[in-house]
Amino acid sequence: MPTSAQPLVELENVARYFDVSPPWLNRILERQRRQVLKAVDGVSFSVAKGETLGLVGESGCGKSTVARLIVGLYRPTRGEIRFAGRRIDAAGPDPAVRRAMQMIFQDPYASLNPRWRVADIVAEPIRAHGLARSSRDINARVGSLLEQVGLASADGAKYPHQFSGGQRQRISIARALATQPAFLICDEPTSALDVSVQAQVLNLMRRLQRELGLSYLFISHNLAVVHHVADRVGVMYLGRIVELAPVNVLFTSPQHPYTRMLLAAVPDLTRTGMPRTAVAGEVPNPLDPPKGCAFHPRCPYADERCRREVPRLKHVAGDADVTVACHAVEEGRLAQEAFTAA
Amino acid sequence: MTLPIPEVDRLQQRSDRAAPIAGRATLANTVAPLLTVEELRVEFPSRDVTLVAVDGVSFSITPGEVLGVVGESGAGKSVTGAAVIGLIDPPGRIAGGRIMLGDRRIDNLPPEAMRRVRGREIGAVFQDPLTSLNPLYTVGRQLIETITTHLDLSPRAAHKRALELLAEVGIPAPKRRIDQYPHQCSGGMRQRVVIALALAASPKLIIADEPTTALDVSIQAQIIMLLKRLCRDHGTAVMLITHDMGVIAETADRVAVMYAGRIVEIGPVSDVIHRPAHPYTRGLMGSIPSIAADRESLAQIDGTMPRLNAIPPGCAFHPRCPHVFDRCRRERPELMPVGPTFAACWLHVH
Repeated sequence: MPTSAQPLVELENVARYFDVSPPWLNRILERQRRQVLKAVDGVSFSVAKGETLGLVGESGCGKSTVARLIVGLYRPTRGEIRFAGRRIDAAGPDPAVRRAMQMIFQDPYASLNPRWRVADIVAEPIRAHGLARSSRDINARVGSLLEQVGLASADGAKYPHQFSGGQRQRISIARALATQPAFLICDEPTSALDVSVQAQVLNLMRRLQRELGLSYLFISHNLAVVHHVADRVGVMYLGRIVELAPVNVLFTSPQHPYTRMLLAAVPDLTRTGMPRTAVAGEVPNPLDPPKGCAFHPRCPYADERCRREVPRLKHVAGDADVTVACHAVEEGRLAQEAFTAA
Repeated sequence: MTLPIPEVDRLQQRSDRAAPIAGRATLANTVAPLLTVEELRVEFPSRDVTLVAVDGVSFSITPGEVLGVVGESGAGKSVTGAAVIGLIDPPGRIAGGRIMLGDRRIDNLPPEAMRRVRGREIGAVFQDPLTSLNPLYTVGRQLIETITTHLDLSPRAAHKRALELLAEVGIPAPKRRIDQYPHQCSGGMRQRVVIALALAASPKLIIADEPTTALDVSIQAQIIMLLKRLCRDHGTAVMLITHDMGVIAETADRVAVMYAGRIVEIGPVSDVIHRPAHPYTRGLMGSIPSIAADRESLAQIDGTMPRLNAIPPGCAFHPRCPHVFDRCRRERPELMPVGPTFAACWLHVH
């Protein structure tokens, strides 16, 4: 997708810390210290109109916190979030921004009210934002929304439990589209679905993007799914983006050692019987992250500088679209052919 | 009858020779099978209907083999695994068929006898390592309890064996870990402990039900490698139940694809993945996003798997099948040989 002049959504050095200290009394009696969890620690990216930005990472890397920061469920500890050029992190809820930005959640069983009829669920944003007044207009709008996501308008009279997981996720999408948003934040939208149903929902999301010119922030732990839907991909590790690149570049010539490790770890149909390379270690405790580059204890290329100094996201020589936060890549210590074996 | 796939000629030539054989045909192995499941039927009676979760499933596993069982939610793969280890919760019951471990029939054993088989001869690894472990006991105590239950060892020897097991499954510093509680271990470490528990009495067969589903990809890869290595080193057979075809592709020797309580295709893993014979398997493969593949629109199977109380007559897949014809709606297909695999599909018969 072409990046137009002004990005639709922009994050600049956004961070969110959580105070997870033990209670005051324990701190006094047991001499425990304050503990701060840096869930997101200096994340910058932008999403252009009509673009899908994928955000991948393992559990606890902060990808869902990023989603919540953008929609305003959390206030950032520092940094700026802009939507269509306007700052949205400082001010209170702005109805216009709320309308233009909607969220699709992972669990279609928990995100729909079981006591409401589907028509009421989909109509709620329309009513809340006063987008249609008469019940006839609302019903017509709900009907067309349900048809847009591949359900029948008569399905509005049913309750969520009468639908399968994939159909419920379609209802979530219809609800998200009710305010005619420009930007959808999808937090693991297909992780709870079976593969054949996942394919239906992904194809639907692509069709809607084409028809309505939507922008997506697509968060997933599943690299294959992100590969399928995203135009650009950001890889997160312990609250930071370690690599941000166009999807084809990221999946064919990943730069950051963590990205390489993740890609090598994905089980794939084409790799039947092939030996896999060992992946060492685990994600460290985010309460006690390693000094310097957070990945250095697991990184085969780590040296003294990596243990000391936090790497910043920098453009890779020769490709303006690719940014990587790695000292080894920057210094050219990392052999390019290292990944081709995997 | 035509198939819109290139292999159609080859398939038809083979099916000329092949008469439909019952699922038992899959048992024709040269090595004596370790586990043999024949025409297994598992029912869950409810107030007005009896739901049949597993309906005439037959397969076998040879020593050292990894049999993958895939399918979407509700296909009956976990119930099949639970039946093998005798953990079908009442009112559910095994209503037909038999399960043989070696030469011994195990589906009709009294509970106490089955309890001795479980753990000693068949180990189990479940999806969520946190609920498989007792949060109140240390890792070591749970391991030692399992070891002394099944093996005649002194406490000192059992402790030594526990340390060996922890090292075996790749846990660093086992001497320190053995005194920790499950909550002090990460998800990957916990799953390693669960695998160590399953291995405690050196069983010949391990039933692994979604062992990597709750784990991150890098940890998942570690656990897959561990399972494969254990299989190789100890000749342990594994029944690997998962919804993730990628995991199957890398781990299993053979794979059984389940749909609505039945096996629709079973065969060597590379054949099933690259030359699927059943339209459902073909659809399932097409719907998996892959890093290697192009980013075209994903092939999708419209509709969803039928609920257990509304399984269509004939072939259960026929309402979603792009190649459906008359016979599919009337008659239920049994597994029949199609090249190196077996598929339950009328397309492969004249």
